[in-house]
This record gives sequence, structure tokens and C-alpha cells, in this order.
Amino acid sequence: MWRLELADITKRYARVVANDGVSLRIAPGAIHALLGENGAGKSTLMKIIHGSVRPDAGEMRWDGAVVRAGSPQQARALGVAMVFQHLSLFESLTVAENVWLGVDPRVSLDAVTDRLFLLAGEYGLEVDPHRPMHALTVGERQRVEILRGLFADPKLLILDEPTSVLDPQSVTKLFVALRKLASRGCSILYASHKLEEIRALCQRCTVLRAGRVTGECEPANETNASLSRMMIGAEPAVVERAPPRLGDVALAVRGLNLVKSDPFGVSLAGVDLSVRAGEVVGVAGVSGNGQAELLAAISGEDARGDPGAISLFGQDITRAAPRRRRALGLRFVPEERLGRAAVPSFSLAKNMLLTRGEGVDRAGMLCPRTLRGEARRVIERFSVKASGPDAAAQSLSGGNLQRFIMGREIDAKPRVFVVAQPTWGVDVGAAAVLRGEILKLRDHGCAVLVVSEELEELYEISDTLVVMAAGRVSPPRKPQDLSVAQLGEWMSGGWAAAAAPARSHGDQHAPG
Amino acid sequence: MLRVELRPEISNLRSASAPVLALFATSIVGAILFVCLGKDPARGLELFFVEPVSSASALSELALKATPLLLIGVGLCIAFRANVWNIGAEGQFVLGAIGSGGLAMRMPAGAGHWVIVPILLAGALGGMLWAAIVAELRDRFHANEILVSLMLVYVAELLLDYLVYGPWRDPQGYNFPQTITFPPNAAVPRLFDGYRADAGAVLALVAAAAAGLFLFRTYGGFGLQVGGASAAAARFAGFSARASLWTALLASGAAAGLAGGLEACGPVGQLNPYVPAGYGFAAIIVAFVGRLHPVGVVLSSILMSMFYLGGELCQSRLGLPKALTGVFQGLLLLTLLVCDGLVRYRVRWLSPVAAGVPAPSPPVPAGDALPSTAASVASDPEH
Amino acid sequence: METLALLVAASMNAGTVLALASMGLLINERAGVLNLGAEGMMLIGAVLGFAVDVHTGSDVLAFVAAAAGGAALAAVFGALVVGLDSNQYATGLVISLFGAGLSTFIGIPYTKERLTERPHYEVAGLSHVPFFGNAFFKHHPLVYAVIALAIATGWFFQKSRPGLVVRAVGDSPHSAQALGLPVGAVRLAAVVAGGALAGIAGAYVSVAYTPLWVEGMVAGRGWIALALTTFAAWRPGRVLLGAYLFGGVTMIQLRLQAGGIQLPSQLLAMLPYLSTIVVLAAISRNSTRMRVSMPASLGKPFHPRA
Repeated sequence: MWRLELADITKRYARVVANDGVSLRIAPGAIHALLGENGAGKSTLMKIIHGSVRPDAGEMRWDGAVVRAGSPQQARALGVAMVFQHLSLFESLTVAENVWLGVDPRVSLDAVTDRLFLLAGEYGLEVDPHRPMHALTVGERQRVEILRGLFADPKLLILDEPTSVLDPQSVTKLFVALRKLASRGCSILYASHKLEEIRALCQRCTVLRAGRVTGECEPANETNASLSRMMIGAEPAVVERAPPRLGDVALAVRGLNLVKSDPFGVSLAGVDLSVRAGEVVGVAGVSGNGQAELLAAISGEDARGDPGAISLFGQDITRAAPRRRRALGLRFVPEERLGRAAVPSFSLAKNMLLTRGEGVDRAGMLCPRTLRGEARRVIERFSVKASGPDAAAQSLSGGNLQRFIMGREIDAKPRVFVVAQPTWGVDVGAAAVLRGEILKLRDHGCAVLVVSEELEELYEISDTLVVMAAGRVSPPRKPQDLSVAQLGEWMSGGWAAAAAPARSHGDQHAPG
Repeated sequence: MLRVELRPEISNLRSASAPVLALFATSIVGAILFVCLGKDPARGLELFFVEPVSSASALSELALKATPLLLIGVGLCIAFRANVWNIGAEGQFVLGAIGSGGLAMRMPAGAGHWVIVPILLAGALGGMLWAAIVAELRDRFHANEILVSLMLVYVAELLLDYLVYGPWRDPQGYNFPQTITFPPNAAVPRLFDGYRADAGAVLALVAAAAAGLFLFRTYGGFGLQVGGASAAAARFAGFSARASLWTALLASGAAAGLAGGLEACGPVGQLNPYVPAGYGFAAIIVAFVGRLHPVGVVLSSILMSMFYLGGELCQSRLGLPKALTGVFQGLLLLTLLVCDGLVRYRVRWLSPVAAGVPAPSPPVPAGDALPSTAASVASDPEH
Repeated sequence: METLALLVAASMNAGTVLALASMGLLINERAGVLNLGAEGMMLIGAVLGFAVDVHTGSDVLAFVAAAAGGAALAAVFGALVVGLDSNQYATGLVISLFGAGLSTFIGIPYTKERLTERPHYEVAGLSHVPFFGNAFFKHHPLVYAVIALAIATGWFFQKSRPGLVVRAVGDSPHSAQALGLPVGAVRLAAVVAGGALAGIAGAYVSVAYTPLWVEGMVAGRGWIALALTTFAAWRPGRVLLGAYLFGGVTMIQLRLQAGGIQLPSQLLAMLPYLSTIVVLAAISRNSTRMRVSMPASLGKPFHPRA
């Protein structure tokens, strides 16, 4: 008998069919993968199982019987537990209180605490139940999420992209815990778009593309290429790269110290980093290790650094305003597109004004016609799908908005281009285009700094890699001189200890 | 069970219809109120909506009352668009009256009519000064501007009381708490003989035009609104949050101060404890009903002025309390907020079974691709 | 010594108004709702409480009516803010303006009324103890009730599960929704409860503190109460303490006025407002500390998403 059977599940939203006749069967104790790109319908399907979204059509069977999970509570009663991608924890509460909120109200807080100690030991997910959530690292928070899922002895544990916030060592640990859990009869539904992980962990795999099932397989018998064919319908576009033609140092960070301004932030300690013209430097690391703070210091949003710490073409810009830096040729695309790189309620034409001076005359008066013309140019050149320059930024899809924002900055002919998570949430085709644009900039002699959590992306486009951990930046390495395993060690700050000469592991690269 | 859902798209027509709908709803509630008070609802509504525009003298009074509302409202447009919640315009208005009045009562009777210029400037300066306290405390100590500006209203009113009961009291005033009546050359010039409407109305219209130009046609105005819509975007673009804060407060303070000066040297002609008539608070309603747009504020200030006159007429003709005005004003804004909400959301009646689903469906599929902050930053209803 | 006792007593009395309202606001804010309508809710409570007392002679009924009035206005606020996702600042202000207008309107017949026969309260056996009797044991029952309320609120938020749910909703409504917690209902309940307390606070002004009705008699206490929650870092015990301190400032000012001090009364009357500003500035100065103790979603709109 199957633990969970889904038959012809369909869910429509106003403009999109998120799930189109999806069927899926999971055996007790099986680790089942749900593979698909961002936006393929994984999240919707998981939410349907978890009871927070109601399908328009289709049937769900649990241990053979037809059920309707109308709410998360009902699903929980069946034995479904879910670990969310964006961690759904409460900062001001303690670990135990966070878990308590998700379990049967009749259990006392003390009982919860005791059992947490027990569970944590059993699965190797150590975390102190009495600590407040805001004092925990991202990895610890995820452990709390999983512990919360395990608390009620679930029969099915759903994990949504659980490794996106973890360093490779923590991933290994997580897999050990998951295998142990499965061996005790709990089924696991593991959603991810990371092929290696799925091949390493899962026994069965259902592949989704644009809301439909495009394949079912045993991942151990598949290759990355065959899996990705099912996932995206074609081999991923290979980005052409020429060898770098390095110029002078364009952007240099020397011994930058910056005390955190946000209580939940990270302080920068002695950051050294340089990017030469014609070079792509990739910054790897689990987010929340100082990347945001470093980028703010480079962009000028945080200009508190000690003079001399950041220079652009030899000029000290540590204290310079963002506009001054842009005038010198530094362009920045932050991770947050809505609300930082663009004002959600403003039109694209007005959003041009955020970083572009065209359309403003000497007296500071605006020329709406020029503005709209400029916006239209960017929309056309970067094939942004939008109704026109008057479309509000918030009306664009994530990928299209990213094209517009990247386009706005690339169109300004940057000499130094800094970008965070360039392809986050963008579909594979568009991601390849954006990476191509980044490499085109580099080939034209622009210095590029890319911060990303996608290791594959970094290996693909970087000429030099550095790793950030706990507010520090590792020494630079050529991608071919830095194995994924070593990178993983560095992501938890291990470079200082392992200062031994780097071994060459060119054959262990992430797939491209 | 009721369920509220985000509308996939908001038509411009629907958006523009909200204030009209709100006015309509307010009239209906008003009519019911009249019936409850035992008065003819048609007559009551006539007093509010017809009488104030039915004669030249009525129109003159309408302009007179609309002037401070428009001036303050336009200033608040700038402040609110910058996301600076200056709620204490009433206090800045009082300081404006004190500034202008203090100068006006010292003007020699022989001086020419030009003295009104420095007198009104003193008013604007007074309002700016009062608002600058708010700006400084927010800038330096991060003190919440809502609370500080509000507390300063009470302080300003007490200061005015102190002056008119104490050092500035008219020695020949039979101990009434009031200053001397200002000399004629210190009075705001009237527009037409025989009518009370004065040059303040023109000044207010000019201020509205200037504010519109600033907000929608200058880079500075753009930067101010970026800061209001999204602080992170303003930091990213390099617009100074401090500059927006100070601009917003000084502009709205100056406007309120000027309104106070015009009031003291116009219809009142002296300082007394009744100068603060609540225009500073009513102007908040004016600004919102006018959609934080100077043109809208012109219209809403006229509407609100009708409410004032209507309330007075109800008092004199129907023997109803003047407090009706406040009720009507509040009602209008409440219904406007409801209508606004209904423009953005639709309320649907769901059967209890279907209502078991905890979340309504947004137009986009599950938040896979959206940064988690998107929903919280795209919140300001004023855009 | 007995003068001091009377001053302490008067401070507690004045502080009780603030404490009641501020405790209500604290409950609102813990759930993530910033209620700028408190002044209006207090005014409605004040006028309704007074009117009911005039007609029935019953303080209890007066407070019940005030609580109901405050809660009703809060329900309107909640429906707009929670249901229709209106801007919390704008809506709260409207509620305050509307409450002020409506209370004036309702209160017109009552401006000349007086409440006769104000009951005299004392705690049997303790009210004659020197100093302590006058200071602590001759108060209106609500003075003691608000102390109990502070303790209960503290326990509620720290130890009880429903309290934890409210905090969770105020901390991150989206996470709370993901857990299946009824975010809207929790926020609405918090708003209504807060409104009821604001109403009671208003009635305490018009029925017990200065038993009469004057237009706008709450005189900014709703706003001061708002400042108090910040001052107290959203902790009930500190709210109470802060309320007594502010009550003390008011009393000292009145005492100075009565004592014929050589300062105009209007300048002395500024004291509570000025001290609110000063305290607010002093408290807000450390923005890091503020951010850690403040409910994270305070003032931000929330609309559930799938």
C-alpha cells in the first residue's frame, strides 16, 4: 500500500495552471524526489499535500483511503509535516516555543523541551531549545524547522529546497538524519532542483515542468544530463567563454572592517578583495555571512567604512555616495529586486530614474518623454516582457523584472559591475541569457563581482572564486584549483585552519 | 463566511471612483443621521451641499474656509508622500498664527500695506520652526514623528493660551484672553469689496501648483517619493533619507504656519484661544481624500469647507449641534477607506466547506520565485 | 508625609488611565497592529461611560458601555486594517478624528450634567495605616484591577500558549499563517480587546478621575499611552511603572500650579507633553535595542497569500 497517492491533481490560478493533472505515489519509508525548476509547480503541489492550498480537481489517498486535507491542521493530524523553503520561524521566541506553536496544544512547553533534547540527540540535529531564535545561525534554524517537523512522529515529511541555505558539510549531516528517519518508516518528499543531491539521496523521482509530470525515474540510474532533460526539456545552454584578458585592478577592498548596523546582521572583519578589469570574481558562501554588508559597503548604501578601505580605479570611494560611485562607472544590482532595485508601485520609466540621469535637466526638472524612451529601449534590448514603460515594476514577473534591472545597469556601460544572485528565481533560459550578458561585459573589459549561492553558476562564470564566512573573505582561488569539497570547508570558515597549499581537484567541479 | 481577496487588476476607473462612492455613502449615512435627529434629510443635505455654493457671499465664505485646509493639505501631501507622518500640523498652524500675530500687533499703524509680507513670512517661519523640532528629534534620536508632532500640538495650544492670557493680552480688552485687534495695514488684503475672501486663497492655489510641480516634475520631488515608497530603494539610488525628512517637515510646517498666519491676520484679526479651530487635523482628511495629489486636494479642501459651512448652517437653521461637521468629516474618510479597500480587494461569501482553505489565491502562482519581502513592501495604498 | 502619600495616590490615580489604555495598545502592538485610533476610542468610552452613568447611576454599567463602545470602534478599525489591509497609520488617525467628532456630538446633552454621589472607596483595615493607607488603600477598584491586569498580561504573553500565538502573529504573520495559525482572527481579537481597554480608560477619566464630560477631555492621553508602550519596550510591568511616572509628572505639575508657584499655569501644563517628548527621544535613541524588543511586523500590513 502507498503512503500517499495523488491522482490528477490540478490547480489553476488566474493566469497560470500551477499543477496540471499531476499524479504521484510515495511508498512508506521511501525518499521521493520532486524535481523541477523554480516555478514548475513544486511548491503548489507540496502546499496541496500540506493542506494550505486546495486543488481544483484530483484525488488524494492516504494509506489507501481518500482524504481531503482542507487545512494544515488536518494534514498534520494525518501525519504530514512540512519544512519550508523560507524558514517560517519566529525571531522573538525561543526554539522550544517555536516548536510548541506547531504541535498539539495539550502538550506542555516543558514536555516539548524534553522531547526536543531527545530528538536532537537521536538525529544528530543539536540545538539548544532555550535559545531565542534570533541568536541562531541559518543552519541551526533549519535544524529547528526539521525538528519541528519530526516532533509529531510524522508519516510523511515534506522538505522544500532544504539545502539552499546550507554549506556542503551541513548537507551531508542532513542527509544522514533523513536516511535514518526513512529507515524508521517515515516517507520523505524532497523537493529540489539540485540534481546531484537528488541522485545522492532519493530512491524515486517525479519530475515537473510547467505544472505537468514530465518523467518518473530512479535517480540512481540517471545521469545529470538525463534528469535535466526531463526538468527543462533540453540540455542547458552552455555559455561560451573566452579566456580572460585581465587589465588593471578596478575595484579593491583592503582590510575593510564594518561593525554591523543591524542587530540581526554580520560585522565585516578585515575583508580583502580585488577585481581586475576583464575578470569575473565570484563570491561563494551561505547567505547571511556578510555578503549583504559587503555589497552595501561597495555600493555606497553603507558608507561608514574607514577611508582607504574601498577604492575604485585607485580613487578612495569608501565614504562616497552611491551616485558618485555610479558616476565613476560602478553599477550594482542587488538581490532584492522589488523594494530596493526598483520601487514596486512606480512605473518602469520612473524606475529608470533611480540609477540613471537621462531625463533630468540641469535645473533638476524631469522630462517624462526622455524617461519613457530610455525605459522602452531597455525593455526592447533585453526582451523584457512588460506592457510598456508605464507598467508598474510590481506587475512584472521576477525574471522579467531582473532582466529590466540588469538591463538598466548594463545599458549604462559599467566599468565595474557588481551583482547579487543574478539568476535567482529566473527560469533556465533567461538565466543563461543573463549569465551571457555578464560574460559579455567581462569580455568588454568590465570588472565583475558576482555574489551567488548557486555554486554551479559561480563555477560556470567566475575567473576567480572567493568564499565568505562569518564576515570574512577567503583568499582568491582559480575555480579549477578549488574543489567543491574544499569550498564547502571554506564556507564554514575553514580556510584559516587549512592554509596548506590548495590541492587541485579540477575533475570535481559541479556540473555545468 | 466572508473572505477577502486581492483583485488581480485594479482599473483606473475603479480607483478614481472610490472618492465619489465615499461621498455618496457619506451622504446616505448623513441622511439617516438627519432622520434619526428628527430633521428633514433633504433639507439637511441641502444645507451641506447646496447652500454653501448658492450665493456670492457663501462662495466667499467657502473660499475662506478652504484656504487653510488647502494650504495645510498640500503641505501634508508632500510629507505623507515622503512617508513622514506629520500629524501635528495643528501645532504648526498655531505657531504660524503666533509668529504672524506677534509681528502684526507690533506694526505701526502708519506703515504701508507691504508689511503683510514679512508678517506672513514670520508665520511660515513659525510653522517651520515647530516642524523642525520634530525633524531634529526624529533625525537625531529616531523619535517617532507622529507622537512628537502631536505632543507639540498640545504644547503649541498652551503656548498660545499663555500668551493671550499673559504677556500679549490686550490691556483694554476687559480682561478677555485676546490680543489687540491688528492694525488694518497688517490685514490680509481682500479679493473683492464686501466679501471676506482674501488673497490667502490665491496663495493657497499657487502653493498647490508649486507642490504639484515639485512632486511630479522635479528630480528632488521624485527622490522624496522614492524614500516614501521604499526606504531601501532610496538608499540604493542614493537619495538621502535625511533630506527627505527635513524637506517633508519643513515644507508641511511652512504651509501650516502660513495658513495660521493667514487665519490670524485674515478672518480673525487678532490672537485668541479660538484660533486653533482644528484645520490642522481636518487637513489630514483633506490630504487623504485628495489622494495626496495637489489637484485632488484642491477639490477635497472645497468639499471639506462645505462640511464646515454645512455644520454651521445646521446649527443656525436646524438647531443642530456644530459637532455634526466633525462626524461628517470622519465619516467621509472612513467610507473612503472602505471604498479604497474594496477597490483593491473583493469580499466574497464562501460556503463554510470551501472556506476551510486558509489562504485566498493571488494572481501569481505560489511564491517560488518571489522574494519574501515583496508582499510587505508593496503595501502603500497611496500609489 | 501625608502630603507625599496623597501625591503618590494621585499619581497612581492619574497613571491608571494611562496604564489601562497603554495595556490595550500593548496587546494590539504585540499582535503587530499599531493603533493610532486610541485617542478616539478613549473619547467614545469617556462619553458613553458618562452618559450611561448619568442615566443609570451605575459605574459598572458605565464601564461596560465604555468597553463596548471602544470595542465597537476598534472593530471598525480592525475590519479596515485586518480585513481590507488599509494603511494602519491613516486608518488609526481617521478613527481618532471620527471618535473625537462623534464623542462631541453624542456628548452635547451631557456637558452640563454632573455625576452626583461619587462613591468613596477604601480597603477595610488598611486604609488607616499611616502613609500607606492614604497612598495605596483608598483607590477606585480599577486602580487595583489594572495592577492585576498588568500581571495577567505579563503572564499571558510569557507563559500561556494563546499569548505566544499573539506574539508569533506580531513577529511574523506569514510564518504564523504557514503554521495554520488564524492570523486575521488573532489580530482582530487583539484590536477589539485593546479597544475595549481604551474605552474603559476613557470612562475612567469621565466617571472616576474627573467625573464630568467635556469635549476632548481625554486631552492626548491616548497618544501618551502610545508613547508608553515604546517606553516600556512592550512589557506590561514597565507599562504600569511608566504610567505611574507620567501620572506623577501630571500631579506634580498640578501641585505646583496649586502651590502658587511663580510660573504661568499654561507653561506648567505643558510638562506632561514635554516630558513625553523627552522620554520618547531618550528611549528611541538606541535604535538597535528598539528593533530587538519591538514586535517585528508592527505597523506593517499583512495579507495572507497562498
